[in-house]
Amino acid sequence: MDVAHLTLMANQIARNFAVQGDERAAAATAEHITLFWDPRMKAAIRAGGGADLSPIAAAALSRLD
Amino acid sequence: MAYEPQADFGTPQVASETRVTLTIDGRSVTVPQGTSLMRAAALTGGSIPKLCASDNLAAFGSCRLCLVEVDGMRGTPASCTTPAAEGMTVHTQTPRLQKLRRGVMELYISDHPLDCLTCSANNDCELQDQAAAVGLRDVRFGYAGENHLGLAADTSNPYFDFDPSKCIACSRCVRACDEVQGTFALTMDGRGFASKISAGQAGDDFLSSECVSCGACVQACPTATLQEKAVKEIGKPERSVITTCAYCGVGCTFRAEMRGEQLVRMVPWKDGKANHGHSCVKGRFAWGYAQHKDRITAPMIRESIDQPWREVSWDEALGFAASRLQSIKAQYGARALGGITSSRCTNEETFLVQKLVRAGFGTNNVDTCARVCHSPTGYGLKTTFGTSAGTQDFDSVEHSDVILVIGANPTDAHPVFASRMKRRLRKGAKLIVIDPRRIDLVRSAHIAAEYHLPLQPGTNVAVLTAMAHVIVTEGLADEAFIRERCDWDEYQDWARFVSDERHSPEVLEAVSRVPAADLRAAARLFATGGNGAIYYGLGVTEHSQGSSTVMAIANLAMATGNVGRPGVGVNPLRGQNNVQGACDMGSFPHELSGYRHISDTATRALFEADWGVTLDPEPGLRIPNMLDAAVDGSFRAIYIQGEDILQSDPNTHHVAAGLKAMDCVIVHDLFLNETANYAHVFLPGSTFLEKTGTFTNAERRIQMVRKVMEPANGMEDWQVTQALANAMGLGWNYTHPSQIMDEVARLTPSFAGVSHARLDEAGSLQWPVNEAHPDGSPIMHEAGFANGKGKFVVTDYVPTDEKTGPRFPLLLTTGRILSHYNVGAQTRRTANTAWHPEDLLEMHPTDAENRGLKSGDWTRLASRTGETTLRLLVTDRVAPGVVYTTFHHPATQANVVTTEFSDWATNCPEYKVTAVQVMASNGPTDWQEDYEALSARSRRIAPEIPAEAAE
Repeated sequence: MDVAHLTLMANQIARNFAVQGDERAAAATAEHITLFWDPRMKAAIRAGGGADLSPIAAAALSRLD
Repeated sequence: MAYEPQADFGTPQVASETRVTLTIDGRSVTVPQGTSLMRAAALTGGSIPKLCASDNLAAFGSCRLCLVEVDGMRGTPASCTTPAAEGMTVHTQTPRLQKLRRGVMELYISDHPLDCLTCSANNDCELQDQAAAVGLRDVRFGYAGENHLGLAADTSNPYFDFDPSKCIACSRCVRACDEVQGTFALTMDGRGFASKISAGQAGDDFLSSECVSCGACVQACPTATLQEKAVKEIGKPERSVITTCAYCGVGCTFRAEMRGEQLVRMVPWKDGKANHGHSCVKGRFAWGYAQHKDRITAPMIRESIDQPWREVSWDEALGFAASRLQSIKAQYGARALGGITSSRCTNEETFLVQKLVRAGFGTNNVDTCARVCHSPTGYGLKTTFGTSAGTQDFDSVEHSDVILVIGANPTDAHPVFASRMKRRLRKGAKLIVIDPRRIDLVRSAHIAAEYHLPLQPGTNVAVLTAMAHVIVTEGLADEAFIRERCDWDEYQDWARFVSDERHSPEVLEAVSRVPAADLRAAARLFATGGNGAIYYGLGVTEHSQGSSTVMAIANLAMATGNVGRPGVGVNPLRGQNNVQGACDMGSFPHELSGYRHISDTATRALFEADWGVTLDPEPGLRIPNMLDAAVDGSFRAIYIQGEDILQSDPNTHHVAAGLKAMDCVIVHDLFLNETANYAHVFLPGSTFLEKTGTFTNAERRIQMVRKVMEPANGMEDWQVTQALANAMGLGWNYTHPSQIMDEVARLTPSFAGVSHARLDEAGSLQWPVNEAHPDGSPIMHEAGFANGKGKFVVTDYVPTDEKTGPRFPLLLTTGRILSHYNVGAQTRRTANTAWHPEDLLEMHPTDAENRGLKSGDWTRLASRTGETTLRLLVTDRVAPGVVYTTFHHPATQANVVTTEFSDWATNCPEYKVTAVQVMASNGPTDWQEDYEALSARSRRIAPEIPAEAAE
């Protein structure tokens, strides 16, 4: 999977939850990715290094199993 | 049923609690106060002669045939315009009346051709019937006087003719156009003997006029003056079957009127609860695609996409497909496989496809075309209201005082419901339109929006937040409703957010370009104008903040107390006929039928026990993710039922790359569509006329689809899916689609009370249908939200990443036109092309002048993604800086230009915002020419090799 595209998607989710504050936004982003992303997408973004992830998206990904 | 016209009670039903009892021809009858004598007589089984009356039109009183005598009343009043009153004694058949009626009829017939035996309406003509009813035996005036018999017919409309020589000037067609359709295209030109029905101005014929070809006039005509060409060609129908239209999400029901196996005409069914006897040009007339020469009826396969197709037996095609699927699964795992269900197919067929993917392929990689239209509705309404569906029935609009239409163009995309809405607007409801384009509803005959907010594409959330700002800061919120029905703390969080000055209309005007004063006035009107209803379409969902906009709409409805009763609510206008149903049936990769998440162990266990398999607890890939994974090499096979993703999905180049990368693409469709250019297996599909099942419309109304003719391909689509499943060794044994619905019902709480037998009995049912709602649920959330409390969600405006700039200074937005449907696969194969032979690019005069362009010029439309060419239409319907086109024609392929930006929550593509440049062009792009050549190559079918003659 194209990690750059997945990063864009994760950042977009995080940005839309950002209004809830960092902590809640990270939890909501993590939950959203858990509920709606296929396993290979989750695996690919976690393996991607997270260079361009926003802080909320990065915090969200760190919460995934 | 054998052919006979639907009963006509002469005047509309009256809704009154007060009843009156009267006597008609010695029979006592009790009717609602205000009912006409004509209708009252019809209810007793009587039949008063009539010509100008019909029960879908207001009484007119012009033909003078329906005269009656009433004890104590002078003269012979017209029964259509005389209301029934308590204690009345009415006589409808007396010698005096017979004499009067015969005299009236003599006058009519003296100016009517006596060609009954060769007339296309012979034995299906109200004038003929009424002449018999009044006992006409002679025309004393003769036929030699001045008359209209030599007038030429207008045959310009591709579906019906207008023959003025047969017109009796009853005005039913004019009134149907006005009252039912609301277009006001027809008029009675001239006076007295010179009276003549006219379609617009003197120089107009029906085709060039404003007539939208809905068929209401044809249906209303009591003679052969307005007559379907098909009836002239084929003859009078001899049987009829009630079924449901397969075009838009309105879900009109029709009488398919047949002659043998041949469809003669589709007549809207008066008892249909979605359409109440009305139709549009697509459902009424555009069914010719079902027998079009392009239709493929034999299965075909090929080893690779550069080869010609080879027609094979069903067994060989299914065996080839099953073998490839199994081999890919063995080599790459179940998650390399997937499928797409169709919103054009029935609930039963959709349910089977997702079952095949989950239980047969062993993966949750199933998605549906709602991904690219209303997936944000599913997410947004489930989050806020607890259920992924609209809240109202269509009849609800009759009770609305303020109608807010945002990102929808109902007169083009949902025309039959638009007629209902326009009727309510003509009765005084106020209208607010939020749309970048000046859609027809903004100003048309007898309709004018109070406010049109022409926002910059991509700023829906900003506009709705500004409206919420006005409502909260000006104290217009319905706090009593909110306290009772919603989570008060969440409301307060939301109210604090929207009240911030940065969300005021004045601040956000810079972003949205909506004048703050207009926005404030519109917000006040919505909050204080009485019952407020919100209708929305893809102009809401197909944005990077589609889901946020749906939630912002739900917030607005809750804040103003506009949920849970007739006349209010949140109403997504669904694009395709069964979008709602396809979503209900578990077509999304993360949820099973009834919107239950795949990770829920109890739900999964229910299905696992029923299906005898173990289900993957992880969500699968969505359509755009499937294409990404295909390019990546981890997704290698797909079964696509009734969708054309190459034409309908964004960034055509990327879709093509994804399809090309797969080892097995199975297309199950009526035609070799654009996606089939990349397919290895083609399984021929059946039309809605050839199958039995159910569709669920935008009101959550489940309606029967009934087979009216045998499938040209030999199998209904559910049978094809079952055959593929069985070729993979799954051992399915459904013998009728009702058994599939029974399975849906036992696995899906909101469908627990649904069965084909129940639908036959009730006509239609709106889910949820279960123990708590045995007769269905026309209005949702009446006593409480599905989740208990309504949830306010803070929706911050986040600008799209798609930006205009010096190279791409304009914003492209896309949409539909009345005469075509979606990618046009069906309507392009009908005479509807008379109205729209090609996609056009709309541009504001200022932008056109700056580029030296005029209407009709070829233009190159380029974005960062790709470019295409199409002709220009200069119009001030679009604002400066915005251009608009439709996506109905593959020669244009508007989606070559659209981007892969998508809704943050659902990946619904952002079709409505693409930064583009437009310039003069002298012909098709290289891509268009290459694609045309590819299409021609891909559609080759190898000739059959004749068997060698025996020695």
